[in-house]
Amino acid sequence: MASLKEMRNRIKSVESTQKITKALQMVAAAKLRRAQQAAQNARPYAERMASVIANLAAGVSGDGAPRLLVGTGQDIKQLIIVATADRGLAGGFNSSIVRMARERIATLLAEGKDVKIITLGKKARDQLKRLYGDRIVESFETGATPSLAVAESVGQKVAAMFEAGEVDVVSLTYSKFKSVVTQTPTFQQMIPAVVSGSGAVDLQGASYEYEPDAEAILETLLPRNLNVQVLSAMLENQAGFFAAQMSAMDNATRAAGDMIAALNLLKNRTRQAQITKELIEIISGAEAL
Amino acid sequence: MAAKLHFSLVSPERELFSGEVDQVDAPGAEGDFGVLPGHAPFMTALREGPVRVFSGGSSTTYEVQGGFADVTPAGLTILAERATEV
Repeated sequence: MASLKEMRNRIKSVESTQKITKALQMVAAAKLRRAQQAAQNARPYAERMASVIANLAAGVSGDGAPRLLVGTGQDIKQLIIVATADRGLAGGFNSSIVRMARERIATLLAEGKDVKIITLGKKARDQLKRLYGDRIVESFETGATPSLAVAESVGQKVAAMFEAGEVDVVSLTYSKFKSVVTQTPTFQQMIPAVVSGSGAVDLQGASYEYEPDAEAILETLLPRNLNVQVLSAMLENQAGFFAAQMSAMDNATRAAGDMIAALNLLKNRTRQAQITKELIEIISGAEAL
Repeated sequence: MAAKLHFSLVSPERELFSGEVDQVDAPGAEGDFGVLPGHAPFMTALREGPVRVFSGGSSTTYEVQGGFADVTPAGLTILAERATEV
C-alpha cells in the first residue's frame, strides 16, 4: 500500500487538476453565451440569402443559369471542406466532425471519385493529415472568433478552384449547434447550390423586376453565399465547441471530485491502520516489560 | 391610416433593423430608388451609399457597402455585406 505521504501528494495533484478543469468550464460557459448570440445574430442573413437565391433560381432558365448554382453536371471531382475548432479539450466534438468527414471521404473514394480536402480549424488538419495528408489542398485556421474575413478567404479559394475546373461538387462538414447538450455533425452541399423548394414567394400576380438582371444578380450573389455558408458553419462550430467543452470540463471536474473522495477515504483508512499498528506495538512493548 | 412597409436590414454579423416603416431610400446599382408600402416585386444590387429609413416623421441613416435589396409583397429586405448606423 502507498505511504501516507504519497497519498497526500496524489490528492493534491488531483485537486489542482480539478481547479484547472473548473476554470476551463467557467470560461467556456461565459464564451458559450457570446458565441450562441453571434450564431443567432447571423441566422437571419443566411436565411434571407437562401430565400433570395431560391427566388432567383426559380426565375432563371436552364441554359443561362450560373454554374455555381447548377454545377458542372459532373460529380467526379469532389471537394470537402472540413470545419472544426482550433482547440481541443471538448470531449468528442472535433472527432465526431472528422469521423463523419472520413466516412464520407471513404465512401466517395470507394465510388471512384477524386476527393480534395480543405480544412478549416487546426484540429481538422491535425486529424486528417495522417490519413489523407496528400489530399488536403489548403488549411485555414478559425482564429479566436469566427470572422467574415476568414470565411471570405475560404469562399474565394473554393470559387477559384471551381472556376478553374478543379472541382465539380463542393460540400461542407461542420457541427450544427442544436442546444447546449446536442451538437450534430452535419454534411451540407455548397455547389451545386441546394435550393429549398418552398423558397418562392407568392407575388400576388405581379412579376419580379431585376436590376441589372437575374443572371447578373445571381453571379454576384452566389459567391457571397459561399462565404456566408462558411461563416455560419464557423459560428455554429464555435457555439457547439464551447458547449461541448463546457460539458466535457463539467464531467472532468466531477470525476476529479469523485477521485478525491475515494483517495481521501483510502488515506484515512491508511492513517487509522497505521495508528492502530503503532498502538499495538506500544501495548505489546509495555506487556513485554 | 396608411399601410406600413416591413423593412429589415441584415448583415452577416447581425440584424440591424427589423420593423414597420413608412419609406426606405436605397442606393441601387443603376440609380437610387425609394420603396413605399405596396411596391412591385423588385430586386437589385446595391452600390456603396446611405440607406435612409423614414418612419413616423423621423429618419435613420445606415451606411451600407455592397449588398442586395429584395422587395416582395411581404416587404423589403436589404442584405448588406457591411452596414453601420450613421
